[in-house]
Amino acid sequence: MTVEPVEIIRTPIRLEYDYTPGGARSRFLRGLEQGKILGERCPSCHKVYVGGGSGACARCGVPCTDVVPLPDTGTVTTFCVVNLPFAGATIEIPYTSASILIDGADIPLMALIQECPADHVRMGMRVEAVWVPDDERAPTMDTIRYFRPTGESDAPIDDVLKKMRDA
Amino acid sequence: MRDVAVVSFAQAPSVRREPERNEVEILMPVVAEAVDRSGIKDKIGFTCSGSCDYLAGQPFAFVWGLEAIGAWPPIRESHVEMDGAWALYEAWVLLQEGEIDAALVYGFGKSSPGKLRDVMALQLDPYYLAPLWVDSVSVAALQARAMLDAGAHTEREMAEVAARSRRDAMGNPNAQVAMEQSADEILSEPYLVSPLRVSDCPPITDGAAAVVLAAGDVAREATARPAWIRGIEHRVEAHYLGVRDLTRSPSTERAAQAAGAANDKIDVAELLAPFTHQELILRDALELAKPNGTKINPSGGALAANPVMAAGLIRIGEAATRIMAGEADRALAHATSGPCLQQNLVCVLEGV
Repeated sequence: MTVEPVEIIRTPIRLEYDYTPGGARSRFLRGLEQGKILGERCPSCHKVYVGGGSGACARCGVPCTDVVPLPDTGTVTTFCVVNLPFAGATIEIPYTSASILIDGADIPLMALIQECPADHVRMGMRVEAVWVPDDERAPTMDTIRYFRPTGESDAPIDDVLKKMRDA
Repeated sequence: MRDVAVVSFAQAPSVRREPERNEVEILMPVVAEAVDRSGIKDKIGFTCSGSCDYLAGQPFAFVWGLEAIGAWPPIRESHVEMDGAWALYEAWVLLQEGEIDAALVYGFGKSSPGKLRDVMALQLDPYYLAPLWVDSVSVAALQARAMLDAGAHTEREMAEVAARSRRDAMGNPNAQVAMEQSADEILSEPYLVSPLRVSDCPPITDGAAAVVLAAGDVAREATARPAWIRGIEHRVEAHYLGVRDLTRSPSTERAAQAAGAANDKIDVAELLAPFTHQELILRDALELAKPNGTKINPSGGALAANPVMAAGLIRIGEAATRIMAGEADRALAHATSGPCLQQNLVCVLEGV
């Protein structure tokens, strides 16, 4: 009698966590709940962060404390077109994920671009946020459904990138 | 060997749960305090940190920690997925090479986001033990039972360790659990996981710590009385619990021997013994068992505050603080990693 060797075992793991966004990200998420995009200015280098990072200026290692209200418009600084489905995905492929420099900010945030064919998205494209209905707003990134083209002419991308680098 | 010393130390107050601050927000003031106190910010040529992504439940959470130190222009940096004490070891090795004169070391961890007992189960081997979800208290209880049944120590000795630690913690403003409690009171508690009572176990803690190391004259420039590292070594035992003698800590013995711990008397020993029985095992390994003038864990140790991934670095910081303050001439700091004291680090510090 031959004994089959064990070739594979499954050991499922599940852990649950309470997530603590921290001060900066909490302010950002509360802002979204009110339909606003809030940035934070570094008191040392004056860069404006948006997207609710760690609460620190990653360059200076000091807390960003000044809250800066920002508009919900910006410029695409880079993007990628996603053609691969993955587990849990709720969006039809292909879709576009982009780095968007919100007007007045120095650090781009990541968001989806919709209402535009994927092959039309380009660096320098001007975009605006599309929000969920007011009564559905919550302290979550899902409160901004996606960004869509404004129809304005493109921003001069070289200048935008230079400003981001030099900021 | 190049003379390298701890020249400053800072820690966050240890608390059960930081409900509002994220890891970076906890870390920022601690790093700033340690660096400012050292006065040698411009000499820091290397940064090394210790943390564990499983605590936050986020991959690459440790990279986030870098935001607390302002890594611009780009810095020379490293990280260990271990207690900050091992990050300090890595920095010490680099300082030995002589390329840099000072280093920043930090360790941080929030244990409150997940269920720490389960999170720690994942450090067991993934095929035989982790799938059983043997939680960290149960694993420690297994070791305590082995120690008691070997006749090496008693539950009363364990209770005395708990009582002394929490009493001494009353003098430590950063401690989380500090109280006057007798061994008899502790022995009357029900078991949590036999033979461990709640008092035999460490609290669950959010916290962070930072140390600045410096070599030679840079250390002397930073502080009047640097805590010189005269020996630092670590040794590791087998991963699988079944092949180890859990009643002893041979890796601690060897690390202590290699670090020259027994060369002279030790005024203060800060041991990372999260469970009471582990202090007894460590004291045996370090030959600190009998009253010999060594003050053990005057901070209260991990039984008073146990910020996982910072608690070992805090032992080094606490021991160094006694030296820098002139309260001790020779101190021993110990850190541990892995289940049942699997890996142990011993650091010998001297004032002259």
